[in-house]
Amino acid sequence: MKFFFSSGHGACPGCALPIAVKNVLYALEGKCFVVNPTGCLEIISSQYDRSAWGVPYIHSVFENAAAVAAGIEAALKALGRKDEGHVVVFAGDGATADIGIGCLSGMFDRDHDVLYICLDNEAYQNTGNQQSGLTPPGSNTTTTPVGKLLPGKVGKKKDMVAFALAHGVKYVATASVAYPMDIRRKAKRAVEFEGAKYIQIHCPCVTGWGINSNETVKVAKLAVETALYPLVEYENGELVRVRKIKQRKPVEEYLKVQRRFRHLFKHPKGKEIIEMLQKIADENAKRFGLDE
Amino acid sequence: MKITLGAVSKPYTSLKMKTGDWGTHWPKVDEELCTGCGTCEMFCPDMCIEVVKVGEENGKEIKKAKVNYDYCKGCGICAEVCPTKAIKMELKDIYKVI
Ligand SMILES: Cc1ncc(C[n+]2csc(CCOP(=O)(O)OP(=O)(O)O)c2C)c(N)n1
Ligand code: SF4
Ligand code: SF4
Ligand code: SF4
Ligand SMILES: [Mg+2]
Repeated sequence: MKFFFSSGHGACPGCALPIAVKNVLYALEGKCFVVNPTGCLEIISSQYDRSAWGVPYIHSVFENAAAVAAGIEAALKALGRKDEGHVVVFAGDGATADIGIGCLSGMFDRDHDVLYICLDNEAYQNTGNQQSGLTPPGSNTTTTPVGKLLPGKVGKKKDMVAFALAHGVKYVATASVAYPMDIRRKAKRAVEFEGAKYIQIHCPCVTGWGINSNETVKVAKLAVETALYPLVEYENGELVRVRKIKQRKPVEEYLKVQRRFRHLFKHPKGKEIIEMLQKIADENAKRFGLDE
Repeated sequence: MKITLGAVSKPYTSLKMKTGDWGTHWPKVDEELCTGCGTCEMFCPDMCIEVVKVGEENGKEIKKAKVNYDYCKGCGICAEVCPTKAIKMELKDIYKVI
């Protein structure tokens, strides 16, 4: 059980969430207390008497994982038991960027010694693909349905990296399930910092994104290779490392393989959105120096 | 304060759920091609492909990927990520139309 997360969980075949979780737990050698708000990860792993976890685990409610983690950290400190493990949150993008953002801000502000990991599948997937603050523009969700007027989500993907940095969080990084070794390294690096740290891991959702179960890794890789999901790492507010891209691909290559973006290739406003996404990718490449 | 065990689950009790009948396909590892690199093991979302020691040669361990069909959901990720293309996804017999 070197991954501290067992078979028999209920995720859809090909789900990215367990890939992220098992590699974080592996990197931390299971020395952690996990807090997990409501969402797919909780539903697939913590049914009563059907736990997939090999580490202490608590399911909070949807909005308060950061507060629960802060409480556990304060208790471990008070009891002199800090050496027993890291306090780690695994939370969805909805839980992180929308409903739990108040508690998250408080936890960051008080600088609790907590590693907060956002598993970013870019919508409320457990309830069937509703848009969240981390849903990218153009995505077809049940709350931003494509129609004659709407070309999917209007508005942008929230910049949670900037949000964390603005709180003075000492270690902030993005990662992707396409690169598990990188996830392991970042998890290990993060816990070397005392205080709050934030890692956001891109996790394709088979059903919500409309991809085949064997395409999870391929699609995650395309997000990085198009610069739509830049992999960056900040320490003490400074950008210290990025994943360079050898030959940056046009965003269409990422969009066309997913059902949630398919309409962009025929909707009257599709071209505009694709151009906007390409502009975002170009800006990412320039801002973080991604092109090799 | 006493915390009861009312809503507490024991570790790894999900193992009771045998998910091996979910998929239509099963991965088959070609041991000739498998180098035991462990990439499949690192990616498998269901922790059901593992690199194990199968023998020894000149004092060096020989390792190969082994699938646990009790839990494999047949997603095909292992076959996609394998650098030597040692894994083929095969349709299960019960789905074959005669
Ligand atoms: C207060 C509250 N509102 C709504 C729900 C219903 N609900 C359960 S899971 C979920 C979606 C979770 O989305 P996200 O945090 O992105 O995690 P994901 O399932 O996508 O991994 C919703 C809306 C709830 N459980 N509690
Ligand atoms: S709905 Fe998406 S995130 Fe949830 S278990 Fe299925 S693939 Fe994973
Ligand atoms: S990825 Fe391929 S070569 Fe590597 S251990 Fe798995 S089956 Fe063998
Ligand atoms: S098909 Fe999917 S579940 Fe089965 S061993 Fe391969 S990666 Fe794991
Ligand atoms: Mg989500």
